[in-house]
This record gives sequence, C-alpha cells and structure tokens, in this order.
Amino acid sequence: MSDFETGEDTVETGTLPLDAWHRAQGARMVEFAGYHMPIQYEGIIAEHLWTRENAGLFDVSHMGQLTVSGAGAAEALEKLMPGDFSALGEGRMRYSLLLDEDGGILDDLMVTNTGEHLALVVNGACKWEDIGFLREHLPDDITLTHHEDQALVALQGPKAVDALSRLVPMAADLKFMQSGPADWDGVPLYISRSGYTGEDGYEISVPADAAEKFAEALVAMDEVKPIGLGARDSLRLEAGLPLYGHDLTTASDPVTSGLTFAISKRRRTEGGFYGAERILDLLANGGPTRRVGLALEGRMAAREGARVFAGEREIGTVTSGGFSPTLEHPIAMAQVDAAHSETGTALEVEQRGKRLPATVVKMPFVPPKYVR
Amino acid sequence: MTRYFTDEHEWIDVDGDVGTVGITDYAQSQLGDITFVELPGAGDQLKKGDAPCVVESVKAASDVYAPISGEVTEANAALEDEPELVNSAPESDGWLFKVKMSDASELDGMMDEAKYKDFVSSL
Repeated sequence: MSDFETGEDTVETGTLPLDAWHRAQGARMVEFAGYHMPIQYEGIIAEHLWTRENAGLFDVSHMGQLTVSGAGAAEALEKLMPGDFSALGEGRMRYSLLLDEDGGILDDLMVTNTGEHLALVVNGACKWEDIGFLREHLPDDITLTHHEDQALVALQGPKAVDALSRLVPMAADLKFMQSGPADWDGVPLYISRSGYTGEDGYEISVPADAAEKFAEALVAMDEVKPIGLGARDSLRLEAGLPLYGHDLTTASDPVTSGLTFAISKRRRTEGGFYGAERILDLLANGGPTRRVGLALEGRMAAREGARVFAGEREIGTVTSGGFSPTLEHPIAMAQVDAAHSETGTALEVEQRGKRLPATVVKMPFVPPKYVR
Repeated sequence: MTRYFTDEHEWIDVDGDVGTVGITDYAQSQLGDITFVELPGAGDQLKKGDAPCVVESVKAASDVYAPISGEVTEANAALEDEPELVNSAPESDGWLFKVKMSDASELDGMMDEAKYKDFVSSL
C-alpha cells in the first residue's frame, strides 16, 4: 500500500505552541509547511460535518502573522497588491493577493487595518518567501514585523458565535470581515470574524503562552471540538476557496483565477500595482482560462494534476479535488479554457486512465453562511 | 486457513490455491475515512507487486499491491456501495479481491500475525 500524494517538502520541522495539546487530544500529527500539524482527530468526515453543524477549533498557527507599519504603509502595500488599503477603515479586512513584478500570484492573504498598523495573515507554506519578498520590496522606512510569539486559532461553524461570545462578548458584535481587540481573562486577543471554511466563524490571534489555556476553554464547551487540517481542506474546497500552492501559483493571475473581486474599484482605474498592465488587460479582455468548479458523478475523485477533456481535446487541469462530505460526491477545482468554462458544460476528467464525467458548476459548491 | 501479512500492510488469507486479499486495520487507520475503492475485475492477471486496486480517502488515493501472482476470481462487490467497510471491517467484510494463486512459494517470507504486530509496533 502506498500514498499517491505526499506531504509538503520540508527542511526542518518546527513545533507550534499547541503541539503537545493536540497530541493530548488524540490528534494524528503530520508534517505540513515546516511544522507538525494535526491532520485529524476522530476522522475527516466526522470533523467536517461537525464543523458544518456546530463549531470546530482549528489551529492555524503555521500561518504567518505579520504587521506592516510606518507612514505610508498602506500605499507601500498597494504597490505589491491590488487592494485599496488606503480606504480600509479601522477594524476592516480584505482578501488580497501578493503579486510579483509580473503580476504572478506569490500568495493570497488577509489584510486588516487594526488602527495601529496593517496586519497580514499569510499562508504557512510560503510565509518565509513572503517575508523575504516584503523586506526586499517595501521601502526602508516601513517596518515589517513577524509575530512568531502569537498563536492563531480559527473557530468555525454556526455555533462559533455562541461559544466565543461566552468568553468574549464583543465577538457577537462583529460582522463578516470585521475585527477588533478583546481581553479574555487578562489575555489580549485580536479577533476577526473570518475564516476559510465557508462557515460563520472567527480567527483569533492569541499570545503563544496563553494558547493552550484558550483552546482548553473553547473545547470545554459542548459546541466545540478540535478539528484537523484534513477537514479544513475539505471545507475550503466545498466553499470554493482556492488553496495557494495548488489552485494558485506564481503562474496564476487574479483574473484567470477568478479572484477579480480582490482588485478594488479604484485600483482597476488607477493601476499602480505589480503586473497591473497585464492584469488590467486581462480584466478588460477576459483571460484565456478560468478557474471553475467541477461536480463528478459516482465516488471516484479527481485529484490535483488530473487532465480535463472536452471530447478528445485537453482543455485544462484539476488544481484540487476530493470527496465532498456534505454533498457525498467528488468535487474539484480546475483551470480550463474559457470557452469551456460556462456553468453546465459537460467535460471529462482523466484519472488513473479512466475518463470520469464532470460538469462545470457554480462555486461555492456549498453555500457560505457568513454573517454580513 | 492461514493468514499472511506484507510489509506494505496487506493481508492474504490462503484457502487451497485461492488467496483473499485486504488491507490491515493499521492501514485503514492510517488512511482515514475511505470514500471509494477501485477494484480489479475478475479475470485480471496479476503479478506480485502490481497495483490492481486503489483505496481512496477524503484526501488521497493509495495503491494496494498484489501480494501474490495469479488470476483475480472475484472482487468484493459490497465495496461499491459501502467503501467504508474497509474502515469498519478491514480484515473481514472489507476484503478487496480474491486471487487464484499461480505460485504459492511467493508466500514464503511473509509475516504471520504475531510478526506483523511486532512490525507495526516498531513503526
């Protein structure tokens, strides 16, 4: 027996603040993004369905928590990203894309105006590259800080609001993509109503030395169970959210990846971000390919790298795929020729020499439950 | 009936010249929730080490190797509707396929249950 898919390549493996706690909770740990991370506790499907019905506690401390500060920080970031950060109100956050000088996507990330600075949450697998890129490309008078002393947990699911507001009442007052500081039992938290599962919920930055106490307080509540990264991946796939390194790479651009919403209105007219000329041209004239959702019949899944066909013509590639626990059939994201990207288009995916019928469907596959 | 184990975590029950093949409880626990099993067809000719069967979990697909050479006589049809049998009963109802063995000497060197237990506890 052997796995087709292997984990990320890692040089050295770090230990995150909640490592011992996960093990004590019965997590199976795997190496991911340079750390030991909990992949599952009782099983991906049970954890996935629990999160859709209740509240799941995810440890996402492998992600990079950065802040950018100094006069002109917003304008400096606007050179590297297509968001309108100058107009971002205090406590507001935006999904954005870190672009290389040709407009290729280096990472996708969240940018929050905390009032004191702009806070960035970047993917764990590319945080060191991001930090290097930001240090090199931000002006010298802008300060970039990597908050390695902070853990980051996500509480996701319809009952997340009940659970978290019991500890921190302000959580109930936040709406989707709003954030603010809070105090819990003397521990300073920074809470945003966001996440990457399609559910209502929160991401909470907590000092590393209080992370275990905080996680313990959450799972002590009936609504909350610890959930591994396996279910996080199946949830984000159902939510139609791309995963960097899979659905997005440096060969991707915001337009063909279906992320034009991340290009703010003002930036569409003014440009001024890396790759703007190419990206605005794609925006005006349409890209050659598009990221689409595929629904498959039966139970055999289409996986990353599988070739997509329209008749005998190869028209694209699956970028991530798996079995949807909510829908009980396989789903996938694929990058396909624009001419074959309309909802309802019948395509085929080749997996292990078999042609699997697939239909282009609207994403998200499962409707999101954000509280706006 | 004698049961042998491979270091790739397959088991094979030998009854006369027919072997019944499945994956071990350890293997299913490592894979997690199984959502699909791609089975060989009756009549398929297998060589020891071939990968005639694939077990899919939510996240990944894993090859199951043929522990023995021979002809597939039957695949476990129950897995088409209930692939989760491989999780719940990996070493009984969740068997994968049966092989009419062409070379029983290939069984030599496989582990018995006690040796396999030691092997797993050493991992």
